[in-house]
Amino acid sequence: MDFEPSKLAETIEENGAGASLISVLEKVQARYRYLPREAMILVSEQLGVPLSQVYSVVTFYHAFSLVPRGKHTICVCTGTACHVRGAVQVLNRLETKLGVESGETTRDHEFTLETVNCLGCCALGPVVVLDDEYEGQMTTRKVDKLLKRAMHQVGGER
Amino acid sequence: MIELRNPQALVDYRQRIRAAADPQRRRIRVCDGTGCRALGSRKVLVCLQDTLREAGLADKIEVVPTGCPGFCELGPLITIDPEKIAYNRVSVDDVPAIVAKTIAQGEIIDGLVFVDPVTGQTIIHDNELPFYTKQMRRVLELNSEIDPTRIEDYVAQDGYAALSKALHEMTPERVIEEVKQSGLRGRGGAGFPTGMKWHFCRQSPGDVKYVICNADEGDPGAFMDRSIVEGNPHSVVEGMIIGAYAMGATQGYVYIRNEYPLAVQNLKIALQQARGHGLLGKDILGSGFDFDIGIRVGSGAFVCGEETALMASIEGKIGEPRPRPPYPAQSGLWGKPTNINNVKTWANIPLIVRNGSAWFASVGTEKSKGTMIFSLVGKIRNTGLVEVPMGISLGELIYDVGGGIPGGKEFKAAQIGGPSGGCIPKEHLDVSVDYESLTALGSIMGSGGLVVTDEDTCMVDLARYFLAFTQEESCGKCVPCRIGTRAMLETLERICAGQGREGDIEYLIEIGQEVKRSSLCALGGTAPNPVLTTIRYFRDEYEAHIYDKQCPAKVCKGLITYEVVAELCTGCTVCARNCPVDAISGEKGQPHVIDPEVCTRCGVCEALCNFDAIVMH
Repeated sequence: MDFEPSKLAETIEENGAGASLISVLEKVQARYRYLPREAMILVSEQLGVPLSQVYSVVTFYHAFSLVPRGKHTICVCTGTACHVRGAVQVLNRLETKLGVESGETTRDHEFTLETVNCLGCCALGPVVVLDDEYEGQMTTRKVDKLLKRAMHQVGGER
Repeated sequence: MIELRNPQALVDYRQRIRAAADPQRRRIRVCDGTGCRALGSRKVLVCLQDTLREAGLADKIEVVPTGCPGFCELGPLITIDPEKIAYNRVSVDDVPAIVAKTIAQGEIIDGLVFVDPVTGQTIIHDNELPFYTKQMRRVLELNSEIDPTRIEDYVAQDGYAALSKALHEMTPERVIEEVKQSGLRGRGGAGFPTGMKWHFCRQSPGDVKYVICNADEGDPGAFMDRSIVEGNPHSVVEGMIIGAYAMGATQGYVYIRNEYPLAVQNLKIALQQARGHGLLGKDILGSGFDFDIGIRVGSGAFVCGEETALMASIEGKIGEPRPRPPYPAQSGLWGKPTNINNVKTWANIPLIVRNGSAWFASVGTEKSKGTMIFSLVGKIRNTGLVEVPMGISLGELIYDVGGGIPGGKEFKAAQIGGPSGGCIPKEHLDVSVDYESLTALGSIMGSGGLVVTDEDTCMVDLARYFLAFTQEESCGKCVPCRIGTRAMLETLERICAGQGREGDIEYLIEIGQEVKRSSLCALGGTAPNPVLTTIRYFRDEYEAHIYDKQCPAKVCKGLITYEVVAELCTGCTVCARNCPVDAISGEKGQPHVIDPEVCTRCGVCEALCNFDAIVMH
């Protein structure tokens, strides 16, 4: 989605004048999947918060991204339970198959690969989440199947 | 929605709800928590509704989505009332049989009931499952009974009765006294007496005060708080309103992780319902007391679980901790007196006010009262959520409740308290689970994460894992935590890579103690615990890594090699085609060879080989 200043102003207004900086940034990020430079400047002006503070908040919290993210997110849980059950192998396989490191986005902007510290469904470890869909008891083989399905879906959207 | 303007209106409302529901009615409860959802419980729930509709039973039999009962290992879980028939690992394919046999004829389906893996005994009713009978479920009791999105279900189970009692029959001081007498201590990990904390906040001068619920459950391998907010959000809301009344606060916040979307959603619904019924907002239950609660969703920073960092985050700043004093009770959110408690602490409050402090304190040890909730994960048979009395032995918790270690493996250690805690080895399995006893062994009670390890877990790797976590999550404000954890991590990474040196262990102990002593907040103050306790109890494993260049559990990549067993290899080329670094070579139909110089020990070849022809040394 391209950046539209008028829509952003609406988002900020919805939150009221005394809105928390973080809540507003979360809404902006939810809309554009990242925080465009222009958006951060506008948030700073509208909320009366120095741009330096906006930048410090954005770079401090994991949830914010300064670069455009993929249409789909593949998230590998690396919580303790998943770790002791082999989450590292699952992550390695995804990195190899997608050709990106954790935290990066594929060149076609379809997939962003990331890790999360714990999703709290430890009985199913290792867990991978494709967008909102949880996949439990992942193995190297199941990663291949999951990717095949995801790629197929992407192909269908086009 | 009915607005409840006085205590009698609440009582009448409860009676109307109870009268409308026959306790002997047939209904199907389906776990709708994150764990079971990931296993497909939503599909089962929808399929049950559809099948009942087709059978013309939709208006007779209710399908109730509930919170997490805790037995995540066997999900999706469903329970059929009034008999309480417990079915586990239910799939969509089982639904027609459940409706045709169990619902229509009361017949039990063999393949869906629990079979005790030790005794081979079949157990049909959920209240007879050993996993539940060994527990003492107080806070978690309603999780599996009510639909968390229906306030009626909570009210029917005496919900908000404690609030009504506190507002109309007790002074704020009396409420604080009751909490003090109960002996309740903070369930977030530090174990500070809750009543004292409330007392300090009440005493603190100021017209504006805040209460906060810390639901920023960041420990990897812990999901107690998530399950309570998801499964019984009104218990937390009720606890917070009572606390606000006792301390004189007018506004509350729940700070919750953004990784818990279902918990956020159910909490939002609960707050709206409470407001709609006059239980939140102006003039609560006609008492003249005003209080409201807002939600703040965290943005993925572990350090925000620390109270001063959490408050900074609510204020819209970066989540950096600050030195204490001043404590939040004096100067907290926006400089006003503030009280922060964990989800579990708040959820205990309505029970204490309703049943009395003596009831609460009847369970536990001299200094640790009540129950504690743990999430049992790792190498344990019954992965899930359990609530046990304080003072239970670690052995009972792991073997009787948790079902022991699967696959005939041997128990090695339990890591309690996540990245801030320490491990407890098998020689201390008889330790009493309470604040003081765990601290004496170098661990902490923590918030409730309990990771079980077996003989296949490398304790050096586990220590490295936790330290890598805290190092990454260190906010960087204070030097001991920022530099100290990095120095420790580099040393551990070296040891795991097979490049450990003489003196490394002593170096880790020295820096670890210094980081503990001089860090600004609890993140740094507890970060060395996993390293120090694994050295204390498993020094031999460190020595094997450093001096013998061996990883006894065969986990550390730098100390293992992969090899092709020529007799088993068929030359199918799967491994060679999938090796990410082209370390495998060989002709089609001929045994392949792995070049150890190129191999990165990723394990893909071993995982993909169809003939078990690749082994690890």
